[in-house]
Amino acid sequence: MIKFRVNGVDREVDVDPATPLLWVLRDSLHLTGTKFGCGIGQCGACTVHIDGEATRSCQMTAADLAGKSVTTIEGLADRGQLNKVQVAWLEGDVPQCGYCQSGMIMAVSALLKSNPKPSDEDIDATLTNICRCGTYNQIRAAIHAAANA
Amino acid sequence: MNQHLKTPALKPSRRLFLGGTAAGIAGLSLGFSIPVADAEAAEQAPEVNAWIVIKPDDSVIIRIARSEMGQGSLTGLAQLAAEELECDWSKVSTEFPTPGQNFARKRVWGNFSTGGSRGIRDSQEYVRQGGAAARMMLVQAAANRWNVPVSECKAANSVITHTPTGRTLTFGAVAEEAAKVTPPTSIVLKDPKDWTLIGKGVKRLDTLDKLTGKLIYGIDITLPGMLVAAVRDCPVQGGTLKSFDATKVADMRGVKKVVPVGKTGVAVIADTYWNAKTALEALPMDWDFGPNAKVSSASIHAELAGGLDASDAFVGVKTGDASGAIAGAAKTIEAVYSFPFQHHATMEPMNATALVTADKCEVWCPTQNGEAALQAAADASGLPLSACDVHKTILGGGFGRRGFSDYVGQAVTIAKQMPGVPVKLIWSREEDMAHGRYHPITQAKFKAGLDKDGNLVGMHMRISGQSIRASFTPGKPPEIDMGVFQGLNGAGAEGKFTYAIPNLLIDHAMRNTHLLPGYWRGVNLNQNAVYVESFMDELAHASGQDPLAFRRKMLTGKSRAVLDAVAERANYGKPPKGRFHGIAQIMGFGSYVAACAEVSVSPAGKLTIHKIVAATDCGYAVNPAQIERQIAGSFVYGLSAMIYGGLTIKDGAVVESNFDTYNVIRIDEMPEVECIVMPSGGFWGGVGEPTIAVAAPAVLNAIYNATGKRVRDLPLMNTSLKSA
Ligand code: FES
Ligand code: FES
Repeated sequence: MIKFRVNGVDREVDVDPATPLLWVLRDSLHLTGTKFGCGIGQCGACTVHIDGEATRSCQMTAADLAGKSVTTIEGLADRGQLNKVQVAWLEGDVPQCGYCQSGMIMAVSALLKSNPKPSDEDIDATLTNICRCGTYNQIRAAIHAAANA
Repeated sequence: MNQHLKTPALKPSRRLFLGGTAAGIAGLSLGFSIPVADAEAAEQAPEVNAWIVIKPDDSVIIRIARSEMGQGSLTGLAQLAAEELECDWSKVSTEFPTPGQNFARKRVWGNFSTGGSRGIRDSQEYVRQGGAAARMMLVQAAANRWNVPVSECKAANSVITHTPTGRTLTFGAVAEEAAKVTPPTSIVLKDPKDWTLIGKGVKRLDTLDKLTGKLIYGIDITLPGMLVAAVRDCPVQGGTLKSFDATKVADMRGVKKVVPVGKTGVAVIADTYWNAKTALEALPMDWDFGPNAKVSSASIHAELAGGLDASDAFVGVKTGDASGAIAGAAKTIEAVYSFPFQHHATMEPMNATALVTADKCEVWCPTQNGEAALQAAADASGLPLSACDVHKTILGGGFGRRGFSDYVGQAVTIAKQMPGVPVKLIWSREEDMAHGRYHPITQAKFKAGLDKDGNLVGMHMRISGQSIRASFTPGKPPEIDMGVFQGLNGAGAEGKFTYAIPNLLIDHAMRNTHLLPGYWRGVNLNQNAVYVESFMDELAHASGQDPLAFRRKMLTGKSRAVLDAVAERANYGKPPKGRFHGIAQIMGFGSYVAACAEVSVSPAGKLTIHKIVAATDCGYAVNPAQIERQIAGSFVYGLSAMIYGGLTIKDGAVVESNFDTYNVIRIDEMPEVECIVMPSGGFWGGVGEPTIAVAAPAVLNAIYNATGKRVRDLPLMNTSLKSA
């Protein structure tokens, strides 16, 4: 049994300790908002916050999780109130297929915590997530909008 | 494991696959809407007709037959229906009818296939008619209620007014009676000049659930008692699986069953994806790689190069006497280009969930072609079409890949071996890369002649390489595949060759490989644009002419207009210091497109694409804001492929296996994109694809201006741009 917190709730899972957090979330806890894109830490679709820090959940095993606190896209809105990044995404009509956007939003909300007004260069250096639909320019505009909200 | 059991998930066609939440509740404060409840109520509310459901509370559900994969046609199609329905847009949501329902109702929703930038242009007429018919029935029902002539009644914003008395009824109040009205036999659609919703850049209807993790993609499907499968198919197309040893993994954690998948693959079914994948990796497999096990990139290249001068070519386009004109020209120019296999790499890997019993087969999957997926389910299950159904999810990207149903057939084949148990098949990214339907590989050789005044008097373009059509009839290639000539006078209005050249010959030596080609966003227009538009630049430079002026001499009408528009907006010819312009234009998918790229190249050879100005004349622009997003997004897709996207073939298999070896553009390489949407009316052109084709040649032409290097082989990363 591995015990950790997810979106403010204590959870226990009985899985192979080598199971990546991504699959613990998706298959054991049915939190499917965190997406599988590559499984090798390249695409960022699986980004969650671990103790507040943006982390690619496919690169973290269940064994590493004990005692940690995980926030997923499902836990980002606060009592139904969208987070300011989600608001900026909605206002900016950002998603196309949307599949990468959970990871994008998680990565960006962590970025804005550590760097409330990121420059374009900061964004380029930090946001390495892949969007195959190519929503990057809408994402950039929405990051600035969220930063100024 | 209990969480999903509480969800009565077995009516997912309604419950899970609502196309979007009602626009009205996409407000900021509500946060989470209740689309599920909406959908269930809809089930009770009668439809006015196949396209339109109106509930007593006036909310409107518009049924969308085409798939939504990010391209936004769900919203565009709803706009088309809503325009004629005269309903309140803020009350609109959407849902997908299933292919099985379409089959049972004699294809009342028409074609489900979503590709070729046809989602809107091929269905716009009957979707608008569906909205108009529903409006007429609603108005008729109100007139009946009032006992007045229908000509005295008008509908606007979901309200019907009896003009002489000012009495009103809402759509919701008469929807039930409207459903019983005899459908109209003659429908007059609005004049485009009276449109108020079509042409407006309204926001997408399907955004909110994409921001909260709530949207259920195919890969997220969860059904009671569901198991998960991981599959490995022979990495070399044409090979087979000789044997596997299931006993070696039978005791591994979570493993339920190891099953063959046809003659070419094997799947492990387990309780979770991770357990299935872990056991699959441990499973001993013995392959017969078959007759293609020695094929390599070099052998394919040599085979295609042989086609450049071969005599067995199909003539696609012929005007005048090209070889005579070239022979008599003042100056002749030749060049050879090549374009590689490319992978779709949709963000969401291939997946499908199937539940097969003795007399029923149900599939949940992301597909661009619901009806083909239904057929694949019937074929693989051995059941009649009427016993099968497919519940379409929103797709995590399609780009043409999900027009094929191979993964659906696989899922059904696997689930059939677990009767009564839903099984979700998920491909790893590695499996996805190994089993694509790749962008076709081709080469092209040009010979052209210029007269002493620099006019292009004759041109011969020889294409050598794959035909997508041939892949549908293995061993029996078609006589000719006009699709190869897309943008060069291919098939009808799909892509006319826009340059007036008095003597022109374009032919194709078909050279198919064992790797199956497929439709890849932009299809054959992509390489044809790179070939023709790069070569046009070569001709201009070789004769000392400006590439824009050289092109303009041979262009008229809409093609010239889009090119002029980008040149003017980009301030063509006067780029900021250290930057260089390149232009391109083509016609495809019924639309006229052009681009002007602005790039710089550092002495070390680092390319920066600063900006691309794009223009499209797509006839009618249903939603300009979404068109701009399609253009910019397609540029990322096309430029990723241009810079990085070539597949290497070794021992018959694809070498690149994931995003570490198949790189794509991230935000740091994204250029600024400025779009000029200039619909001239009178025709319906596509939007999702055509513009992608001009991004690469415009950038390549700009690179030449920056470096003097003419890149003729893609991907670009194989060419050093370092200054000598
Ligand atoms: S799935 Fe984790 S980075 Fe791609
Ligand atoms: S929106 Fe489709 S991958 Fe980003």
